[in-house]
Amino acid sequence: MDIDLMISSFPKLLEATLVTLKLVSLSLFFGIFLGTFFAILRIGRNKFLKSLSYYYSYIFRGTPLLVQIFIIYFGLGQIEYLRSSFLWVILKEPYWCAIIAFTLNTGAYTSEILRSAFQTIDKGYIEAGQSLGISRRNILYKIKLPLAIRQSIPAYGNEMILMLKGTSLASTVTLMDLTGVAKFIISTTFKPIEIFIVAGSIYLFITFLIHTFVKFVEKKLEYTK
Amino acid sequence: MELLAFGKNGWGDELFFATLMTLAVAITAMLIGFLFALIFTPLKISKNKILNFIANFYTTVVRGVPELLVIYLFFFGGSNAVMFVARIFGYDGFIEINAFITGAFSIGIISGAYSTEVFRGAFKSINRGQFEACKVLGLRKKLYFFKVILPQMLRLAIPNISNVWQITLKDTALISVTGLVEIMRQSYIAAGSTRDPLLFYSFAAVLYLILTFLSMKILNKLEAHYQRGY
Repeated sequence: MDIDLMISSFPKLLEATLVTLKLVSLSLFFGIFLGTFFAILRIGRNKFLKSLSYYYSYIFRGTPLLVQIFIIYFGLGQIEYLRSSFLWVILKEPYWCAIIAFTLNTGAYTSEILRSAFQTIDKGYIEAGQSLGISRRNILYKIKLPLAIRQSIPAYGNEMILMLKGTSLASTVTLMDLTGVAKFIISTTFKPIEIFIVAGSIYLFITFLIHTFVKFVEKKLEYTK
Repeated sequence: MELLAFGKNGWGDELFFATLMTLAVAITAMLIGFLFALIFTPLKISKNKILNFIANFYTTVVRGVPELLVIYLFFFGGSNAVMFVARIFGYDGFIEINAFITGAFSIGIISGAYSTEVFRGAFKSINRGQFEACKVLGLRKKLYFFKVILPQMLRLAIPNISNVWQITLKDTALISVTGLVEIMRQSYIAAGSTRDPLLFYSFAAVLYLILTFLSMKILNKLEAHYQRGY
């Protein structure tokens, strides 16, 4: 066991943790909006939008995240039209490609979590809203959505942790996140166990923070009778 | 399209065999995972605090650390560990572990952690009355576990085990970093030599979709089969 290496690599890994945290928070932030948007389409009345939302979540949940990143990072650059458009400024950066892939991926899972939460809402709430003459729009935004959000917090906590682990794939498109730096140190020093312990502990610590945070929010939003 | 054809000029046959490789790794990993679950589920259920701690440590660490990091650990550390053991037995040469074994083992450890949680959950959701009934009937411990508890556990576990299978199947894509020629690696090679990454990665996505779709159909059938009578 090389304790010195563990201590000396800690600052480097900590610095890389910032990249990981940035990737997670940005993709979760965008992913929430995307997921909510598609979940609302899914429970809507329009057949076309409904199936669009279904296939979106089906495709992104049915393929590995790695394929999604590679399609966006390596594949999209091939399309001439994209290369000449303003989008290319974003798509040539591995950082933004990773964020786009993560956002689309977490959006698919989030929409699925919200959809199942919508389904568990007691019909009585909606009927109460209707009999009070509240418009469809307001029933959705003031009754269904808040109830669904509270319902889906535990599952969304899991999704946050999955996304934290998912960002490790950013290292495959040259980004130096926590896993990327850990791999670099491992491949130069050939001390996998030591680095695994340090990097793994950092990941576990973030997982623990997310878990505590989610539990706290869950408690806050609990029924108070 | 001719790039995807079978034969000398196309990549169809290579990708077909790569798909079989993905399936082989996923199935092996799943079985290794069951082996781990077989060891750790009893530890998780047991009333002994130390055994509990060991099992919880395993599932928490493996589920909280990125899969890629676990793969790197075994990829770079695997042959060191094997050589260390070999040295104890007096062998001094260099041993390189096959990429298939490294991959299947690291994915297996991860899938095992999820399976352990699933089996523990299944055990917990068995009605207490079943245990009491066994006691009242005076069944021997072995008999009551294998004839009463285990069959019910399996039935309850199937829906979640099919989730674990989907996760494991998708995790195998990560093994491509070790150089094992499965779908992802083959697409990477093909994309590199034809300069057509969009086509090959999209095709890889389609292959994964087919795999997940087919396995979902089969597992749903299995679930329905074991659900009959309820």
